[in-house]
Amino acid sequence: MQHVWIVLGVLFVFLNIAAGLIWVERRLLALWQDRLGPNRAGPLGLFIVLADTLKLFFKEDWIPPFADKWVFILAPTVVVASVLMGLAIIPFAPGIVVADLNVGLMFFLAMSSLGVYSIVLGGWASNNKYSLLGALRGASQMIAYEVFMGLSLMGVVMLSRSFNLTEIVAAQEKIWYVFLQPVGFIIFFIAGLAETHRLPFDIPEAESELIAGFHAEYSGMKFGMFFIGEYLGISLISAMTVTLFFGGWLGPAFLPPVVWFFLKTFLFIGLFILLRASLPRPRYDQLMAYGWKLLLPLVLANLLITGAVALWLKS
Amino acid sequence: MGMSLQQIVFGVLSIISIISALGVILSKNPVTSVLCLIVTFFTIAGHYIMLNAQFLAVVHIIVYAGAIMVLFLFVIMLMNLNAEIEPQKRSWLKYAGAISGGALLLVLLAALREASVSSLQPGAVEIGLISNLGKTLFSTYVLPFEVSSILFLSAMVGAVVIGKKEGHES
Amino acid sequence: MFTDTVLLSATTPFSYFPIVLQLCAALGFVGLTMFATHFLGPKRKTSDKLVTFESGIEQKGNARQPVAIKYFLTAILFVLFDVEVIFFYPYAVNFRELGWDGFLAMLLFVAFFLGGFFYILKKGALKWED
Repeated sequence: MQHVWIVLGVLFVFLNIAAGLIWVERRLLALWQDRLGPNRAGPLGLFIVLADTLKLFFKEDWIPPFADKWVFILAPTVVVASVLMGLAIIPFAPGIVVADLNVGLMFFLAMSSLGVYSIVLGGWASNNKYSLLGALRGASQMIAYEVFMGLSLMGVVMLSRSFNLTEIVAAQEKIWYVFLQPVGFIIFFIAGLAETHRLPFDIPEAESELIAGFHAEYSGMKFGMFFIGEYLGISLISAMTVTLFFGGWLGPAFLPPVVWFFLKTFLFIGLFILLRASLPRPRYDQLMAYGWKLLLPLVLANLLITGAVALWLKS
Repeated sequence: MGMSLQQIVFGVLSIISIISALGVILSKNPVTSVLCLIVTFFTIAGHYIMLNAQFLAVVHIIVYAGAIMVLFLFVIMLMNLNAEIEPQKRSWLKYAGAISGGALLLVLLAALREASVSSLQPGAVEIGLISNLGKTLFSTYVLPFEVSSILFLSAMVGAVVIGKKEGHES
Repeated sequence: MFTDTVLLSATTPFSYFPIVLQLCAALGFVGLTMFATHFLGPKRKTSDKLVTFESGIEQKGNARQPVAIKYFLTAILFVLFDVEVIFFYPYAVNFRELGWDGFLAMLLFVAFFLGGFFYILKKGALKWED
């Protein structure tokens, strides 16, 4: 019974964070771009969350006749489900975790590797050339950065000697891994940006060239699922960054652990939005060359140096 | 209670995997086949978890469901689905398929008959956990591990040679 | 937290039971929302909606066209890299126990990995422009 409550709690909290981000993102972007942002509905424009959600609910839910119907429905399901599954292994506080898996970190990588299906299937099922292009670009980008993401976390695993996230957080009692693994942190965060295809890596959507890319033909709540999936993805990557590099729930005792965890997570969500506000979109070939030619050698070097230094310190 | 729970989970997983495996070969649409195959891989990962081979289960999802199936989807996108892609059904192809499939079935049956059930013991086996697996891989099986890296190298060369040649033709 | 810590500890298959719950919750949420909202919106069929949206340009053919082999090449190289990365996982957990012997084994592995990587770069397989 305990598990049911944790599962429902995680679902409730993160769906609310995703909804709240509709407002937070617009207000923060407006702040950084020196404009007002949503400010009409409710105090500080807060009711835009309600208005946006209701609008998505009451839009026509259109499945184009030229699309592959079931695959078209499956794609938005995959995007939300894979991110929600990824949330299952995050320890929010001592004992508050859906599933405390022995291979928790790998489970996260597996679930994020499934996210690519939402793009490929959505783009293919839409039977639209722009969607297909967006899907192919997005899939190539995500699968390439998935490799770097896996490798960038090996430093953390070497230091904590565990794939269990509770143990990884506990191992950061003395010092957060961001100080021991700065390169790993930066590469993980960049790979996280690419995995969630947020600006500057929003190449699968690229409004100005691909008219929203892989979800161009989607409407109603099916589009809404891609929308929620993106915000959930940001929250997941932020939560993972906090867990792996910033000590998870650890913090001075005047606040409860859960509060520390979410405070740190919100900081990284803010960083995601700041990056969107400040960086331009690179060209597609630049993005791929950057990944393969810079990040891959860097992440391998980081791995070997971490191993060598740790072994040298031991002996 | 514990035993019967395991049997129920095993039964459900097996039924789903058989149905989805049938879906792979019976569906007309190649994308549906790929999707069925992904479901099959998930149920097989479930079987690995039942055997407490947790590392293998997650690797199975990462590699098969997350990587190889993406490649399959790309291949399907590479094909021109407007043209009639159904290859001419040659009758000898059917017979060859039936014979090779039957041969594989025979080998599997023979192997199953030889396998001894007595070596299996109930209770949690911990060899499938990642740390135990790693110790074995990097001590007893370090040579095959290095050989596999040469295999990867040759696979990379092969992929590049094939991919680049096709690129020049078009 | 757990009713029986031994049964649900991370080293037994039972630790995956909450994963099944989470899967049910995730699929349940997505399925219910998409199913329920399907009936909320209006249903209007207009001729514009029956063709694909291509920024107002008249449609020529459909999207079932063969695509560049580059994407395929990226995907197949990704599969190879992904499998190689898998080998780092069991090493990373155990590298302290394995000591310098294990490190040398890994170094050789990385050398082959990089050998293949530089061959790919040299052949221009990852170059997007011809």
